[in-house]
Amino acid sequence: MSVELTGAEITIRCLQEEGVDCIFGYPGGAVLFLYDELFKQDKVRHILVRHEQAAVHAADGYARSSNKVGVALVTSGPGVTNAVTGIATAYMDSIPLVVISGQVPTSAIGLDAFQEVDTVGITRPCVKHNFLVSDISELATTIKKAFYIAATGRPGPVLVDIPKDVTQQKMVFAYPEKISMRSYNPVVKGNLKQIKKAVELILSAKRPVFYTGGGVILSDAAKQLTELVKLLEYPCTNTLMGLGGYPATDKQFIGMLGMHGTYEANMAMQYCDVLIAVGARFDDRVIGNPKHFSNESRKIIHIDIDPSSISKRVKVDIPIVGNVPDVLKELIKLLKSTKEAPDQTTLGEWWKQIELWRDRDCLKYDRQSSIIKPQMVVEKLYEITRGDAFITSDVGQHQMWAAQFYKFDKPRRWINSGGLGTMGFGMPAAMGVQLANLKSKVACITGEASIQMCIQELSTCKQYKLPLKIINLNNRYMGMVRQWQEFFHGNRYAESYMDALPDFIKLAESYGHVGIKIERPEDVEGALKEAFKLKDQLVFLDFITDQTENVFPMVPGGKGLSEMILV
Amino acid sequence: MENEAGALSRVAGLFSARGYNIESLSVAPTEDPTLSRMTLVTTGSDDVIEQVTKHLNKLIEVVKVIDLSDGNHIERELMLVKVRAIGPDREEIKRLVEIFRGCIIDVTDKSYTIELTGTSLKLDAFLDAIEKSAVLETVRTGASGIGRGDWVLKV
Ligand SMILES: Cc1ncc(C[n+]2csc(CCOP(=O)(O)OP(=O)(O)O)c2C)c(N)n1
Ligand SMILES: [Mg+2]
Repeated sequence: MSVELTGAEITIRCLQEEGVDCIFGYPGGAVLFLYDELFKQDKVRHILVRHEQAAVHAADGYARSSNKVGVALVTSGPGVTNAVTGIATAYMDSIPLVVISGQVPTSAIGLDAFQEVDTVGITRPCVKHNFLVSDISELATTIKKAFYIAATGRPGPVLVDIPKDVTQQKMVFAYPEKISMRSYNPVVKGNLKQIKKAVELILSAKRPVFYTGGGVILSDAAKQLTELVKLLEYPCTNTLMGLGGYPATDKQFIGMLGMHGTYEANMAMQYCDVLIAVGARFDDRVIGNPKHFSNESRKIIHIDIDPSSISKRVKVDIPIVGNVPDVLKELIKLLKSTKEAPDQTTLGEWWKQIELWRDRDCLKYDRQSSIIKPQMVVEKLYEITRGDAFITSDVGQHQMWAAQFYKFDKPRRWINSGGLGTMGFGMPAAMGVQLANLKSKVACITGEASIQMCIQELSTCKQYKLPLKIINLNNRYMGMVRQWQEFFHGNRYAESYMDALPDFIKLAESYGHVGIKIERPEDVEGALKEAFKLKDQLVFLDFITDQTENVFPMVPGGKGLSEMILV
Repeated sequence: MENEAGALSRVAGLFSARGYNIESLSVAPTEDPTLSRMTLVTTGSDDVIEQVTKHLNKLIEVVKVIDLSDGNHIERELMLVKVRAIGPDREEIKRLVEIFRGCIIDVTDKSYTIELTGTSLKLDAFLDAIEKSAVLETVRTGASGIGRGDWVLKV
């Protein structure tokens, strides 16, 4: 039984033990032994990307759409530095990843060896945790810890740096079944006393609102949240990261809130008297100016797994630290067993007020336009996919229109870089989504600037036959930058015009894909239908959209939620 | 915290990344060699200290965080000072060292090296009391702290 395995074999065996079926990576000198072992087995599928940033984004999309830990493998030096953007993206959105990086041999560390960087140092501020494995005896336990840390508590990326000589050394393999760390005990049950206090406050509310974020998605709490909100008949708004946490087509849903949130959601946020925040963190893009937010008095209940998210930007009255679905279940149980109920008359009045706000129809746009309106493309996409596709996006105006106009009824369907706002995220993330959901429709809503940041991945999509639909909302501008320049910089469009664009159709074709250019509103629906009929092919849809369109409503930076600019 | 390479830089990195200040920091292994104990002195409003504590707790290698200033505690810092000591100053400095309950641990015909422990305030007071131009070199460890009474910090 005591056969010795090399560090490389052990690493791959660990991945198998973790049930990893698919990893994303790019080879190089420091990881050659690892690749050799990958070659000799067929349980772990390796997807060869064209840039390490894309490997991490793909692992990230895989994780976001499946609730499994995403895995990326990169070489030392430039492999790692290329991966950093992906790691920071995952970190900001609390996505569980294990990134394995090669490192120069232990004897060469610190000597400025070829392709050496201080990987642990470079990544420290953008990982949940990282490890340098300096001895093969620690290898298996470290990988076990990495998966455990990545997936539990508030999830996040964990990096394991493995020097080349460690992948060559030999040792008997034993994968620990369980891990316990005295310094890391992530499972927290919500404090029952606090939960009881919350129930009282919830029932006494006159103008309540649920405000829920990415934490609901990450902890798989959408079911409990929906049950709770329906039970109370209270309004519910989601953050950009929380879309799909509550069904968008339900009448109690008042839209996304924040900088480009709906009028009704932002006004309800500002003027509620009891705010129930679930898995959200009062981000600056969400509540605007915190001073203005605090001008109105309201009581806040905040449920989150991470104590450091509580009272960070806004003081809360009833903090509940705990695993979100468990806390929600407890709330439901208590609410069902009490005889008290919310006052229906005051709740009715609150809903009347919300309906008045809703009547402003803040997402209206010119549906008669003879130029393609980007909003219309997203609406059509929603109709044609019957709201059932996985949608990834890049960063910019198109991202906001996707969030506003695609109605997500299910969690894990909306995949975007909310925290870091990483252009280039969309297509590689969609590759990961497709690989985690082989039979599902996956579309990437992007812009002509963002798509060029990882355009090389069209090659990966060809190699692995990933039939993504790329929805390029081509406005020939870094639209979001242009919008800010229009509003706040006197229409001086400094460097935001996208000149010398490639012919995206030819480009797609040169990679072996299908490209369709759409220039008239009446062709939008047909093109989308045609694209989804091509089930096995990646279709690049280049929509030539209105260059002057802006995203509304908008809460300008530093302003309060009720100071929105409307259309 | 775990006595592991890198743990210290995580703490230092946290403070610089979030804009908290470190007044002093002292760290060494404990009677259990797998653990280190760090005393870190920082300042900030209650809200800031609450966030500092929460973020420190989040670091994977940190086992336990306590705010010693929440309760009764003892703190001590060690300082070594080399001072110029010639002629009548030699007696004067010796008296001062006695008053502050320090000791002279190295002597030359021109200088004394003084060892002094106490709260950081006491060390400051000593430096204030001694003629500024006489101070040749100082080295301080930063404060170490422990709770008063029977209460012990156990992991
Ligand atoms: C890597 C990166 N660089 C810069 C930015 C700043 N930025 C935010 S949106 C944007 C423009 C995006 O343009 P495009 O992809 O065409 O989308 P549009 O806004 O036109 O829909 C830029 C440059 C960013 N978010 N990410
Ligand atoms: Mg654009």
